Amino acid sequence: MTIAFGNPDRPNSYIGKTVPRPNAPRLVQGRGRFVDDITLPRMAHVAFVRSPYAHARIGGIDAAAAKAVKGVLRVFTGADIAEVCTPWVAVLAHLKGLKSPPQHALATDRATWVGEPVAAVLATTRAAAEEAASLVEVAYEALPVVTDMMSALDETTPVIHPDLGDNLAFRRLHDEGDVEGAFAGAHAVVSARFRTARHTGVTLEPRSILVDWNPAEGQLVAWHATQAPHMMQTVLAKHLALPESRVRVICGDVGGSYGIKVHVYPDEVATAAIAKIMGRPVKFVADRLESFTTDIHARDHIVDARLAVDEAGRILAFDVDDWTAIGPYSVYPRTSAIEGNQVVNLCGGPYDFANYRARTTVVFQNKTPTCQYRAVGHPIAVAITEGLVDMAAAELGMDPVEIRRRNLYADDAYPATSPAKMRFEGLSHHASLDKLVALMDYDALRADQAAARKRGVHRGIGIASFIELTNPSPFMYGIGGARISAQDGCTVRMDPDGSVVALSGVTEQGQGTEAMLAQIVAEGVGVSPSEVRVVTGDTQVTPYGGGTWASRGAGIGGEAALQAARALRDSILEVAAAMLQSEPGRLDIRAGAVVDPDTGEERLSLAELGRIVYFRGDTLPKGLPRELVQTRHFITSEYPFAFTNGVQASYLEVDVETGVVTLLKHWCVEDCGRIVNPQLVDEQIRGGIVQGLGGALYEEIHYDEEGQLLNGSMADYLVPMAAETPDMIVGHVETPTKESLLGAKGAGEAGTAGAPAAVMNAINDALRPLGAQVTEMPFTPERILRALGAIED
Amino acid sequence: MKAAVGGYARARDLRHALELLSSADGMGRVLAGGQSLVAALNMRLTTGDILVDISALADCRGVADDGGTLRIGALTRHAEIGRDPLVRAHAPLLAEAVGHIAHAAIRNRGTIGGAIAHADPAAEFPACALALGAVMRVEGLDGPRDIPVEAFFRDTFETALAEGEILTAISVPKAAPGEVQVIQEVARRSGDYALAGLCLVRRAGRHRLALFSTGPKPMLATAAMAALDGGDTEAAISALKAEIDPPSDTQASGAYRRHLAGVLLRRAVARIEGGTR
Repeated sequence: MTIAFGNPDRPNSYIGKTVPRPNAPRLVQGRGRFVDDITLPRMAHVAFVRSPYAHARIGGIDAAAAKAVKGVLRVFTGADIAEVCTPWVAVLAHLKGLKSPPQHALATDRATWVGEPVAAVLATTRAAAEEAASLVEVAYEALPVVTDMMSALDETTPVIHPDLGDNLAFRRLHDEGDVEGAFAGAHAVVSARFRTARHTGVTLEPRSILVDWNPAEGQLVAWHATQAPHMMQTVLAKHLALPESRVRVICGDVGGSYGIKVHVYPDEVATAAIAKIMGRPVKFVADRLESFTTDIHARDHIVDARLAVDEAGRILAFDVDDWTAIGPYSVYPRTSAIEGNQVVNLCGGPYDFANYRARTTVVFQNKTPTCQYRAVGHPIAVAITEGLVDMAAAELGMDPVEIRRRNLYADDAYPATSPAKMRFEGLSHHASLDKLVALMDYDALRADQAAARKRGVHRGIGIASFIELTNPSPFMYGIGGARISAQDGCTVRMDPDGSVVALSGVTEQGQGTEAMLAQIVAEGVGVSPSEVRVVTGDTQVTPYGGGTWASRGAGIGGEAALQAARALRDSILEVAAAMLQSEPGRLDIRAGAVVDPDTGEERLSLAELGRIVYFRGDTLPKGLPRELVQTRHFITSEYPFAFTNGVQASYLEVDVETGVVTLLKHWCVEDCGRIVNPQLVDEQIRGGIVQGLGGALYEEIHYDEEGQLLNGSMADYLVPMAAETPDMIVGHVETPTKESLLGAKGAGEAGTAGAPAAVMNAINDALRPLGAQVTEMPFTPERILRALGAIED
Repeated sequence: MKAAVGGYARARDLRHALELLSSADGMGRVLAGGQSLVAALNMRLTTGDILVDISALADCRGVADDGGTLRIGALTRHAEIGRDPLVRAHAPLLAEAVGHIAHAAIRNRGTIGGAIAHADPAAEFPACALALGAVMRVEGLDGPRDIPVEAFFRDTFETALAEGEILTAISVPKAAPGEVQVIQEVARRSGDYALAGLCLVRRAGRHRLALFSTGPKPMLATAAMAALDGGDTEAAISALKAEIDPPSDTQASGAYRRHLAGVLLRRAVARIEGGTR
């Protein structure tokens, strides 16, 4: 049940158009209101004492010197916080076997990673709190450290949490068809060990929270840089023993999130606990350095994988053995098993094949906890899949585009269910690939590559098809017992001046959620987007919802907004019909006025209608419904997830003497269903690609064997910058989901999902004539030269 | 993170700056462009410093033609050096190096004196000074002294500057007729510190080769220089690889840096011989 938004000449045609972002001028003029901009009377600042050891028993804590610092109000230990704040255990029932120990807001008896908070200092200024924190003396007794992933389960490796019995957090095996038989009968088998590095999502605004406990009201208010205010409401209420109704989470401007800000962080919960203990507002803003050891990490995987093909290049089977290490705790409440689980769900995703075996092994270690980060698991699964497909093509002497054409699900094959048991409603792999090949002028690029090779210049073309999971249903978290809503709501009301206010449960972190909602509501009601004010991010104000993650803002939040807007339109027309002695079906709303749909002639402005409804209701018929406000909630029901698809390509040059990769150009064609705002979607794709390029070429968190983080600053943890970023050409195919009127699927993670694989394949395309291949990300100059055998140790 | 600074004073003139330093009881730190120092303060890598801000000392800024040498005031900013006509004409190495230093915002604030006094072994200007045979003009309360560059850099972040002294100018010999000066480096990203880099100067048939980011301080590769003087590039590359012992870190191993130094030398030689790289 979708609406035909295809006609660009339809009235109020804002959906599908690039319209100005209502919040952009405010943000670029520096008039945003981030948590750090908020100052409350009697506000105090907290700074945390963090473990310098990856694993240590916590002995005595001597805070005498810290307490002597001017401005210090109090020093808190783990035991102090535990008196008002219960620990949490991050498991989900549907991830069978997942285990994790109770985690406290401040470590009580043991610290288990470098950066874990072990004490907190509250002071009247941040500087005093930091100064005092550096003077808190903690007696640590170093304990054996587990840092290596692949030996974490060995009998000789210490067990980090003895109560759990071993270091295994989660393991899942999916076995479909006859994998061994397929490999035994294959024409060719290719295999490789893939490595994706430990990353973190570097947000412009660090994690931030300001909490005020008002004992007179019995209410806790948290201004929080979060993606999921309602989830945080539940978490704070539960662990501080408050009724949910007495916790209000307000999420104003947020400076980027990428999944980093959808998790529960011990220091943030401790901040809330301290506010409750002290009865005054307490602010915590992470600095960039502590962010590196405390923001969640991700993507730390080692994967052995193989692929069997027949002589025509048809895929017979994938066999994937994935390992990942998640730090000492599964992260609350979404858990740290999801990423490995996604690898199992997504490998081979674009391809129509029968035999599939994938196992993920998720182990504990003494490093910063890992959890969901933009495109969770996708970059890993796509790298494995597309890397192997290219290797098979090379083995068969087949063009990389051709082998994909022979294996991608046909565009008329839907609905389809993959061997990983993922259900696809409607994808467009072939149309997308055809469009990509045309956009990049593939044949001309191959000619350029050959000509360059004659000059001794090594260029490569890499292709990567992918699927992306968006619009999750309760199958993602809800069925596992987490109070994380897959449903979202929107309330749309008309005020006396004829303007419209929309209150939505999804949130804005800088990506343009509010612009998207405004144009949907504008079209749904029949007003200009400038007449729509959008309110998000306040649990006491907006309808209940999940927030913005898993690329659900447009698909779920947008659909709720559209349905609410159309319902408001109906309400307005019912009143208008009474006033104009007409019928709702013979009226329309266009550009803020009730009009005759045939002639477009204005019959009544919404401002006049508002004046009469709100101030001269006595002139309207008795019993006429006059609620100019409507709320709708939306949840998907047919499919667990709305899968999207796409394909990316990279063209690059490898300097085979230095190992340096220069990105020349990048293309992406993707299908996110209905595009609400083309510019915002393209920006999502481009931003996502850049994060994927970071994974391919730059980003890697290094630890030593003692669990010390070695490159925790922006000088040493390299993220891609403008100078390294190539021109990116973005194209679209639109296959709207039939689950909603709007037809939108998610677009936020597609860029990140496919870019690393495209770059890897392009590098290997460049290196192949030299007999070299790289599969360990990031592809540093050194790794490339080592693959070429150019370095003598 | 909040810096923990012991104090701040803005010097009116050089004498005032030296007096401020002398009264700081060993905690004085000269603040010029602040592009390394302020970052270190903000990461609490150093605390309690009494900052002596010399940025208002007009005498220490700008490039002057001293006949056979160029005198470059220590407070001359990177961006100014990059576009200075005297520098471009007589010490083109410095102008070329500016393109490799960090990003525009940093080049607009950072000073050549700050870069040299900070003595980061991965920075460009110290190696340039070494390749050019610069002389450092240093002022103390007892008066000025000149330190030849070969004696200036001692170790990572360590120089021959004594407590209480300020680097006020750098003098470099003007390029001789036919002299060629090139800088080559490889960095992970535009503006990053180099994984390895070198400056090569050929003056009247003799070579000076200064390496950066390959050891605890910028160094002259004397064996490679001798081989280059003899016209044997391959021998120079072998000699270079043998005489450096680069460190390993999270960006690259010492072995990679050694390989890279050889590649960069071959490219630098190709350039001074008229190649394009």
